[in-house]
Amino acid sequence: MNHHLVIEDLTVSYNRIPAVHHLNVTLGCGSAVGLIGPNGAGKTTLLKAIAGLMPIETGRILTGDHAGENSAVAYVPQREAVDWDFPITVRALVEMGRYPDLGLWGRFTAQDDAIVEDALRVSELAEFAGRQIKALSGGQQQRAFLARAWAQKAHIYLLDEPFTGLDRNAQEALVKALNHLRAAGKLVIASHHDLKSVPDIFDQVLLINGELVACGDTAEIFTEANIARTFATQIFSGSHQH
Amino acid sequence: MNWLLEPFQYEFMQRALVACAVIGFTNGFLGAFVVLRRLALMADALSHSLLPGLAIAAIVVGLNPVGLLLGGLLAAIFVALGGHLIARSSRIKDETAIASLYIIALAIGIGIIKYAHVKVSLDHFLFGNILGIGDTDLWISYGVGVLVLLTLTLLHRPILLAIFEPSVAQTQGVKVGLLLGLLVLLIVLTMVTSLQAIGVLLSLGLMILPAATIYLISDSYPAMSWGGGCLGAAGAMVGLLVSFWADIPSGPAIVLVLGVVFLSAYLFSPKYGVVTTRLRKRHLHDESLQRWK
Repeated sequence: MNHHLVIEDLTVSYNRIPAVHHLNVTLGCGSAVGLIGPNGAGKTTLLKAIAGLMPIETGRILTGDHAGENSAVAYVPQREAVDWDFPITVRALVEMGRYPDLGLWGRFTAQDDAIVEDALRVSELAEFAGRQIKALSGGQQQRAFLARAWAQKAHIYLLDEPFTGLDRNAQEALVKALNHLRAAGKLVIASHHDLKSVPDIFDQVLLINGELVACGDTAEIFTEANIARTFATQIFSGSHQH
Repeated sequence: MNWLLEPFQYEFMQRALVACAVIGFTNGFLGAFVVLRRLALMADALSHSLLPGLAIAAIVVGLNPVGLLLGGLLAAIFVALGGHLIARSSRIKDETAIASLYIIALAIGIGIIKYAHVKVSLDHFLFGNILGIGDTDLWISYGVGVLVLLTLTLLHRPILLAIFEPSVAQTQGVKVGLLLGLLVLLIVLTMVTSLQAIGVLLSLGLMILPAATIYLISDSYPAMSWGGGCLGAAGAMVGLLVSFWADIPSGPAIVLVLGVVFLSAYLFSPKYGVVTTRLRKRHLHDESLQRWK
């Protein structure tokens, strides 16, 4: 299936102060997009708006395939936002990804089981399936939530700073999992602050600082000049087209 | 042996034991969600805010169980909604808003209770008396028990999503705010029914202690609700028997029995107990480190 994410003239505000201004972006499937910008640039706000967690001031966000069918968005929260003491195993966490499809009382079928197994395999967590979620390392915890999104059969994956605090091996494992999603034709958008590692992780970048600075292939767009423009203190171009 | 069996011979004890089982199970089952969503202090505030509702009901309709139920229910909902409203519309946070309102409500309750036409002792509301439980009270507790269990089992998937990770749940189309509101409503209903058994002051114990105990033992959330329910029922019944044998009030006896079980789990839970983890054999790394020293 061919899906996309179209953002048209998007403005999102906190307490009436806009954090993202009149953003226009179209992203295609099968790519991993690095969302780059200084602190306060509106990265988290944009992710939350796409996830439907923030009210939109102007514009609209279209997700779905080209036939216009809606497509599932999966939001992976920052690690600090999760209660890791929750009495739940990795397998039960991934099974939660099936709940929206199952509805209130739908029976957990062999097919659902197969989907959960597949998600555990893809994220390389099969051997930890019986563990309580706190007994995982940081990278494994991150992948467990990715597995849950995979089991949800989501098309668009939104991750908020997933690489924060991960060591080299954990980072490589997460990149591998993201590449798997990309190869499967999914769209991954992750906010990221370590500029050095950007080309190793993302094939596309979305540079923002309150408004769109640049967007496109990493090789083309992720240049010194664009990075300097993104991190310049002067945020607004002042050229709003109302 | 005779003293052991004595309580089972009295009809009022048999009724009270059945009531304990029903109320204990309902509280323990619901308690799992309260503990996991960290609503314990909110539930405490709500239990105290029942008092003015009970007082007003006692003044208006006398000691009618249905009237008291409605009075308590309305007062607690008023505090919960009012607190939510204040938190939304000002910089005051949820817990401060609710604490402010419930303490005002408590003051109103204690202030006006002497104007009730019937003779009401404050003790009755504060500590309850399960031996005096009437038919209507019993039926109300059955009804609330069935309602709570049905709602929580029917909606267990969305509720679980909502209490584990609200923002993710919202992206999955779960009505998080609505479900949490429903949970608060169930908490208030359950609190009102345990009033007769253990009163305003101690009702939180029956709701929190069973689930908190299972939380220290198990890594499975279904175990927390079903296990919490069973432990709540068993603890309430044993507590009632202890109160009979030791001739102490039933409310404190029930909470003390559950408290002993909770503290035992805290110390000796196989996986998470404080003593158990200390006694566990040291890991190999420590041993090899010793050799180096």
